[in-house]
Amino acid sequence: MSSAERLPADAAAVNARGAGWQRYKATLRYGLYVITHPFDGFWDLVHEKRGSLAAAHTFLALFLITYVLKLMLTNFQFITAPIQYINIYERCASLLLPFLVLCLSNWSLSTLFDGKGHFRDIYMVMCYALVPYILIQVPLILLSHMISFDEASYYTVLESVSIIWCLFLAFAGLMQVHDYSPGKTLIFIVFTIFGAMVILFLVLVFFSLLSDAAGYFVSLYREIVFRLH
Amino acid sequence: MKRYLRWLALGIAAMLLLPACCALAESDGFSSVYTYNYDYWGEMRESPDAYRVQTVIYSGALGLETPMNRPQSLFVLGDDLYVCDTGNNRILRLTREGDDFKLSGIIDSVHGTSPETFSTPSDVAVDKEGNIYVADTNNNRIVMMDKDRNFIRDYVKPEDTTFDQNLSFLPSKIVVDSCGRVFALATNVNKGIVKYEADGTFTGFIGANKAKYDMWDYIWKSFFTTKEQRASQASFVPTEYENIYIDRDDFIYATNTVFSEYDLKWDIAKPIRRINSIGNDILIKNDKYPPIGDLYWVEQSLDYGPSKFRDITVLDNDIYIAVDSTHGKLFGYDPQGIMLWAFGSKGNFEGAFLSARSVEHMGLDLMVLDQNENSITVFTPTEYGRLIYQASDEYLRGEYDQSADTWREVLKLNANYNLAFIGIGRSLMRQEDYEGAMRYFKMAHDRENYGRAYRYYRKIVVERNIVWIVIAAACLLIVPPVVGFIKKTRAEVAAYEQRGTTAR
Repeated sequence: MSSAERLPADAAAVNARGAGWQRYKATLRYGLYVITHPFDGFWDLVHEKRGSLAAAHTFLALFLITYVLKLMLTNFQFITAPIQYINIYERCASLLLPFLVLCLSNWSLSTLFDGKGHFRDIYMVMCYALVPYILIQVPLILLSHMISFDEASYYTVLESVSIIWCLFLAFAGLMQVHDYSPGKTLIFIVFTIFGAMVILFLVLVFFSLLSDAAGYFVSLYREIVFRLH
Repeated sequence: MKRYLRWLALGIAAMLLLPACCALAESDGFSSVYTYNYDYWGEMRESPDAYRVQTVIYSGALGLETPMNRPQSLFVLGDDLYVCDTGNNRILRLTREGDDFKLSGIIDSVHGTSPETFSTPSDVAVDKEGNIYVADTNNNRIVMMDKDRNFIRDYVKPEDTTFDQNLSFLPSKIVVDSCGRVFALATNVNKGIVKYEADGTFTGFIGANKAKYDMWDYIWKSFFTTKEQRASQASFVPTEYENIYIDRDDFIYATNTVFSEYDLKWDIAKPIRRINSIGNDILIKNDKYPPIGDLYWVEQSLDYGPSKFRDITVLDNDIYIAVDSTHGKLFGYDPQGIMLWAFGSKGNFEGAFLSARSVEHMGLDLMVLDQNENSITVFTPTEYGRLIYQASDEYLRGEYDQSADTWREVLKLNANYNLAFIGIGRSLMRQEDYEGAMRYFKMAHDRENYGRAYRYYRKIVVERNIVWIVIAAACLLIVPPVVGFIKKTRAEVAAYEQRGTTAR
C-alpha cells in the first residue's frame, strides 16, 4: 500500500502543490514505518521511491534542533553541559560535518565496490535513521524534569536505546541501499570511518596549501607596494 | 579637522590596545590571585583571604647565635612549637606568648647514650608525657628521650628478613600515636611506613604504595630489551611517601610526591592518603575533583607542574591542610574532600614561600616552615576563614540551622562559595522547604542532594494534585479509544450507506 495508491486516481488533476504537500506528508509518515520495519522499509524507501529528500532534510534539521534543545533544556541532574561556554553553531557543525563526511566517504567507497546506492539514497537513508533519536530524546527532556538523580537509570537506558536504535537503522539502511550482505556492510562501515579520516586529512592539506598560495600573492603584493613607494 | 582626526586615531589605537592589556592582565592572573577556590566547572574563582599573616619568625628575632640552617620539620604540642633545625644538628623549642614566639629551649644532645649529639636530624615528635622523639637520620636511629633529655631507648634498623640488611637505615619522618607506637618513613625503604611497638620492637610495614607498571612497559621490558639493558634500567618499584601526620584518632595522613601528572585527575596518583591500621587508604572524596591541589597550571611558567605536597596537618575538626612546594601554596580540604580554600604564592613577600617544607597548626593558626628562607610564617584565620570553620563545625555537631545562618554570612563575603549553597540547601531541606532547597542545590550543582529534595517535592505536588492527575490519565487512556470507536462506526455506516446507494 504505497502513497501513490492512497492518492485519488486523478491525482494529476488535483493542483500540483497540493499533491506535493500530500507526498511530503506521506514521506514524513513513512519515517515511522521505516524505524519499525528497517529491512523492508529501507528497501522500499530507495527502490519504491517512498522517501523524499525534503523529508530527509527535515529529519536532519529536527535532529539538530533536538540536540540543541537537549543541551539547553535537560535538567542539570542528567547532563553536564557548561551552558555558559556552549556555542550551539559549533556543536551543530561538529555533528553535521562528520555526518556529511561519512555519507560522502561511504558513497565514494561503495561506488568502487559495486554498491547500488547513489549519494542521494545514502543521504536519505542516513537521515531516516535519525528518526528514533528525535522521537526518544524530546520526551526524554520532559522526563528529565520529572525524575530524580537516583532514578537516572531510566534516563540513561532510554538515551542509549535511542542511540543504539539509530546505529542499527543506519546499518540496516546501508545494507539495503547497497544490496550488501550484513558482513560486507560491517566491513564497509569500518572502511567508511577510515575514509572519512582520509577525506578530512585531504581537506586540511588542501586548505593549508591554499592559504600558503594566498600568502604568496599577498606578500608579492606587499613587496610591489613597498617598492613603488 | 586635523586635531579631531588625531584624537580619533588615538581613540582607535586605545581601543585596539585595550583588549591586549586586559589579556596581559588576565594571563598574569595566576600570580595576582592569592586566595581562591575552584567552582563546579574547575574554574579558579578569586575569594576573600581565609588566612592572614600574623607574624614571620626569623632567627634574628629569636636571638639565635647561629641562624637556622635548612630546617626540615615542625611539630606542635600545646603552646610549644618544635623546629627541627637540620643543618645545625639541633631542635629548637619555641613557646607562644600571645602573638609572639620566644625561644624556650635548644635540644642538641641526649644524655646517656652514644653518640650524644645528632647528625642531620630531620624530624621531631613529642608524645603526651613530654617524651621527645628525634629522627636522627645520619646516626641511623630514632632517639626517644624524656623532657630532661635523658635517653630512654632508640629505634634502629629492624633486624628482620623483610628489611634489606644491605641498606642503611635513614629515618626521615616520624609520628607517634597515642599508645606510644612509632611510625617512621625511611629513605630507600619503599615497603611503606616502618612500624615499631611502644617497647621498641619492629612489627612490620603498613600502607605500602602499590608497584606501578602498565602492560606496554612489561611487554617492552620482557621482549625488546637485552638482559644488560634491563639490569641498568630501574625496576618496577613502589614509590616512597613524602611525609606523614597522625591525627587525633590515630589515622595516618600520608602525602606522596612521585607520580605522573596525568594520573592526578583520574585519582590514580592519590597524593593525599588517610591510612588506617591495616594500611588501606580511607580518605573520603566526595567532590567532583579529588584533593590534588591545583587543577591546572600555567604552561611555560617557572613553577610549571602539579602541586607537590611536602607536608600535611589535620585540624581538630578533621579539616586537613597540605602545603605545596611547587607553587608555595596551602590547600585546605574538609572531611568530605571538598576544597575549602587555597592560598599562597612563590616569592619573598610576607605570606609567600620560596621552598615550603612543613606545615603545622596550633588551634586554627597555621605555621609554615620555609627551608630556603629559614623562616616560619604564622597565619591566623580571617573572619571569612573562621566563618567557614564555624559553619562546618556546627554542621558536624548537628546544629543545622545555625550552620545555615553561618553559611549565609559566608555568602555575604564570597558569593561564589559552593559549600555554602549546599549547607543552606541541607538546612532548608530539614525545614521541609524542598523547593528552596532545590534552588540552592541547583546553584551548587549538587545532583544527589537536588534529587533527594526533588523526590520529596514531587511527592507533595503529586499528593496535592492527585485528582487532576487521575483525570488527565483517564482522559489519555479513555478518549483515544472512544474517538477511534466513533470514527470507525461512522466510517462503517458511511460505507454501508454508500454500498446501499450503489446497490439501489
